[in-house]
Amino acid sequence: MSEDVLRIRTPIGIHYRYSAGPNASSHLRGLMEGKFIGKRCPSCTLVYMPPRSTCAKCGVLLGEDVEVGPKGTITTFCIVNVAFLGQTIKIPYVAATILIDGADLGMQHLIQECETSDVRMGMRVEPVWKPREEWQPSLANITHFRPTGEPDADFDSFSGQL
Amino acid sequence: MAERCAVIGVGQTKHASCRADVSIAGLVREAVDRALESAHTTMTEIDAIVIGKAPDMLEGVMMPELYLVDALAAAGKPVFRVHTAGSVGGATAIVACQHVTSGVHRRVLTIGFEKQSDGNAMWALSVPLPFGMPVHAGAGGYFSPIIRSYIKRSGAPGHIGCMVAVKDRTNACKNPYAHLHEPDWTLEKAMESPMLWDPVRMIETCPSSDGAIALVLANESIADAHDGPKAWVHATAMRSEPTQFAGRNQVSPKASEDCAADLWRKAGITSPIEEIDAVEMYVPFAWFEPMWLESLGFAPKDQGWRYVEDGVTEMSGRLPVNCSGGVLSTNPIGASGMLRFGEAAMQVMRTAGEHQVDGVRKAFGHAYGGGSQFFAMWVVGADKP
Repeated sequence: MSEDVLRIRTPIGIHYRYSAGPNASSHLRGLMEGKFIGKRCPSCTLVYMPPRSTCAKCGVLLGEDVEVGPKGTITTFCIVNVAFLGQTIKIPYVAATILIDGADLGMQHLIQECETSDVRMGMRVEPVWKPREEWQPSLANITHFRPTGEPDADFDSFSGQL
Repeated sequence: MAERCAVIGVGQTKHASCRADVSIAGLVREAVDRALESAHTTMTEIDAIVIGKAPDMLEGVMMPELYLVDALAAAGKPVFRVHTAGSVGGATAIVACQHVTSGVHRRVLTIGFEKQSDGNAMWALSVPLPFGMPVHAGAGGYFSPIIRSYIKRSGAPGHIGCMVAVKDRTNACKNPYAHLHEPDWTLEKAMESPMLWDPVRMIETCPSSDGAIALVLANESIADAHDGPKAWVHATAMRSEPTQFAGRNQVSPKASEDCAADLWRKAGITSPIEEIDAVEMYVPFAWFEPMWLESLGFAPKDQGWRYVEDGVTEMSGRLPVNCSGGVLSTNPIGASGMLRFGEAAMQVMRTAGEHQVDGVRKAFGHAYGGGSQFFAMWVVGADKP
């Protein structure tokens, strides 16, 4: 019985061809120029950054490009202290939801250049970019965000984003 | 509803981190055989099968309902697959219920399962998205910032999550099918549990489980003739919303609040805390107990944690929550929602054994999934609706 094969590990892979679509494309082209380009909902006027194709609340296509940031506010965060298969960042690290100034939707990014215990809801942060020659159309052009040293944002100013 | 519907059979597997003794088919069949036995019926009397599980990538077996046809004796019968991520067990039971209430089928078998040991869910839920920043770290990494928001907003003290976790792990010791049987937890010990996804401690997280549950649902004439315990479905509700939109309330999503309001209206319930006798709520991370108590209307906003602190949700409390040990003690993802629905039915049927609450007339089953975006709920009762 002990010789029976009960389980085998079989790695599988799938290759995707990803089409970014027009809205994400203007955002990704912005990243190639070191800019954050969002999109405004023509109905509720809120700004999506990164942009989606539609404003789910209003059910309409997003409209004009809006340049936002580059600074932002940490609305909430997680200190990741668990290792897992496929992880690319050394633990512990802070995965934060950052509300870029002028945007109305938070995005996920990494916080560094401070102790994990110093990270706070409301902390003001700015992006740190890779050398320009390494830029790709990706948010990974920013290695991380770091504290700006400005006073923290008032909780009420971002509590509607949680 | 054109037809009334009742749960006349419930069967679940022994849940464990690795059920190496069975394949997916064997696991599912174990739950099905127990459900059919408790419903005093056989496979041949089943009109249709409704099956759900979490995303296929969790095991890497695509469309497993096709390969399960033989194990379920489903050849030639209608088989319906449901996909709503972690809420799928609840959504699947509701779809099965609709097969009966619509009058199309008389006796329907519904199944939820997951065999997490066959794959790697943490990996499957952390795949880097194109052009983004790969900071994702599984479900814990997703939900922990939302929990931090709740703690900040409500002013809850830090030990509430551990209180929920100790309660559920202790309750699980009364449930022979539960995955984790850990009788020795104390609040003090729990507070020393390591922070995995700060502010979420290890004890405040669910395990990875292999397991399955099956229910037999029947129309009124069959349920009336059934010589055994039954739970009548009083109301069901489902809602969903996108994961990301500007101004989204992630702590208490609108879809959750709307779903609960719809459920209470359909069930004729005006005060959930007064009228519900037992709750089986989807709590994969301990802090979601107070969060859902508020979102579902059991507790006022920002006060859910006080219910935990005051022991309201203990098995002996005014509103017993997760007497089975809940998702925190057993998490075969695709089965977890149906386990909540099934355990709620068991409380009404008085078949919950050691974790039975006295005098349950109405019980509530709940599931959520995705990025807190899919919701499924039902109320079952001892009396006909």
